[in-house]
Amino acid sequence: MDLSADEVRHIALLARLGISDDEVEKFRNQLSHIMENFEILKQVDTTDLPPTAQSVNLENVYRPDEPAPSLPPSDVLANAPGQEDGSFKVNAVLE
Amino acid sequence: MSDLHKITIHEAHKLLKEKKVSSVELTEAVLEHLHKVEGKVRACVTITDKQALEYAKAADKAIAAGNIKPLTGVPALIKDVICTKGIRTTCSSKMLENFVPPYDANVIEKLKADGYVIVGKTNMDEFAMGSSTENSAFFVTHNPWNLDCVPGGSSGGSAAATASDEAIYSLGSDTGGSIRQPAGLCGVVGLKPTYGRVSRYGLVAFASSLDQIGPITKDVTDSALIMNSISGYDKRDSTTMPCEVPDYTKALKSDIRNVRIGIPKEYFVEGMQPAVRKAVETAIQKLEELGAKVDRNVSLPYTEYALAAYYILAPSEASANLARYDGVKYGFSYRDTTNMWEAMEKTKQYGFGAEVKRRIMLGTYALSAGYYDAYYLKAQKVRTLIKRDFEKAFGQYDVLVTPVSPTTAFKIGEKVDDPVQMYLSDVCTLPINIAGVPAISIPAGFVDGLPVGMQIIGKHFSEEMLLRVAYAYEQATPWHTKKPTIA
Repeated sequence: MDLSADEVRHIALLARLGISDDEVEKFRNQLSHIMENFEILKQVDTTDLPPTAQSVNLENVYRPDEPAPSLPPSDVLANAPGQEDGSFKVNAVLE
Repeated sequence: MSDLHKITIHEAHKLLKEKKVSSVELTEAVLEHLHKVEGKVRACVTITDKQALEYAKAADKAIAAGNIKPLTGVPALIKDVICTKGIRTTCSSKMLENFVPPYDANVIEKLKADGYVIVGKTNMDEFAMGSSTENSAFFVTHNPWNLDCVPGGSSGGSAAATASDEAIYSLGSDTGGSIRQPAGLCGVVGLKPTYGRVSRYGLVAFASSLDQIGPITKDVTDSALIMNSISGYDKRDSTTMPCEVPDYTKALKSDIRNVRIGIPKEYFVEGMQPAVRKAVETAIQKLEELGAKVDRNVSLPYTEYALAAYYILAPSEASANLARYDGVKYGFSYRDTTNMWEAMEKTKQYGFGAEVKRRIMLGTYALSAGYYDAYYLKAQKVRTLIKRDFEKAFGQYDVLVTPVSPTTAFKIGEKVDDPVQMYLSDVCTLPINIAGVPAISIPAGFVDGLPVGMQIIGKHFSEEMLLRVAYAYEQATPWHTKKPTIA
């Protein structure tokens, strides 16, 4: 199967991943080649089979909703690229 | 003692306990050797000389007070995907180049409680995506057995460092073979525990249903000692199993008479290096000589679909996990714009390397509208079949034995431009993560001076059986005593 350049740009947009024109062409070729190798799965009959999301038999794990100390705000903000008044600083969301 | 860096954990413990050496002396010897060979091996992203000596002094105090545990005072290296409070944790990515975690991973809390000494953080494929450590955003790590070759990956730094005695042991993480394959290619012991045996709290997430942390050690006894320390339930990782942790060292018996071993033929893949096949077959004969009952006619028929299923499942999970790197809370952030979307897109464009972008793209595609059923859901159903293959086999056999990788370590640069060839390097290890079962890679000989690994696979939570078989083989063979000459 062959992806088009527009499909590659669309996937990048879904992932909010910036992509150069060179990368569009490179990924178009590489992803197409990788996905050719996925075609083999079509040979497998999976009618009526349940999907497996994880491999050990744990289900709906709950724990009591008990308050416990959180990290101090200064620790949480220590790696922030931008901060102001004890908050993360971001660009305007609504313009 | 000039060769102090060469010892194992259990040898170090004996010397520390008998007060023949102090943790500071041991740590200084390890650091001196590390600095001597690191220019050639390049296994470490960060070397923590200062913290190492602080931890060592604290360990010596504990020992003087009579409080010594098997890991107390013993120097270790930690893969740079495991969060260490106050010590930079980069995932070998520009994205996290300056990230200093505000908390410790659960495994680090446990190692600290046992008095460990950290000497540094090891290089890896960026965000653990890769099989050669060439995807590190910083530099390439070299195989200590042949510096022109890769150490494998993604825990290539941890495996190369352990093989070259830069630390007494190390931790790695394994999503599709990232502990076992580099351990195999570097001639050391690597254990991927059962999914849910070791907490993933503080492990930077790649593919959450496949990731596990595990030990890379110089011998099988050390592997058991690390498992004793890091295993167990953690309420902060709801996929950890709330069951008791056995004393894994009790499994270290040389007797494997009547252990039932199956050899799945699908793992002796086409294109396998003939000398690797021969080495693994010789190792299997040795297991037979030791009294195991070997059946060479075992089939896991869905094995051939594992690679495709894995490269849908793991990138799909990765594309969701890596969406968090938006340049807001931590990590690299593109700031030369006032537009929110442009900032986010350029943060990822400049912060991630090629393989990480490739997997985000693959995963996003497999999860996108119109393709979800054909790719992601299909792969999850194939996962069911692969899991059932193993369940069926473990009704008849105690363990399965296979090669770790189809070849010995390949040359640096040989596969970087061909993702599909690179992915094939994990063809023998990734079905194990899909099924969530445990497996250990142990040294099983050499081909042209490069190590060959043998993989022993067991059913869920059967690490004791893996360690028992691995230990019996190790005690009957000389491979784990060989050391590379780093020239």
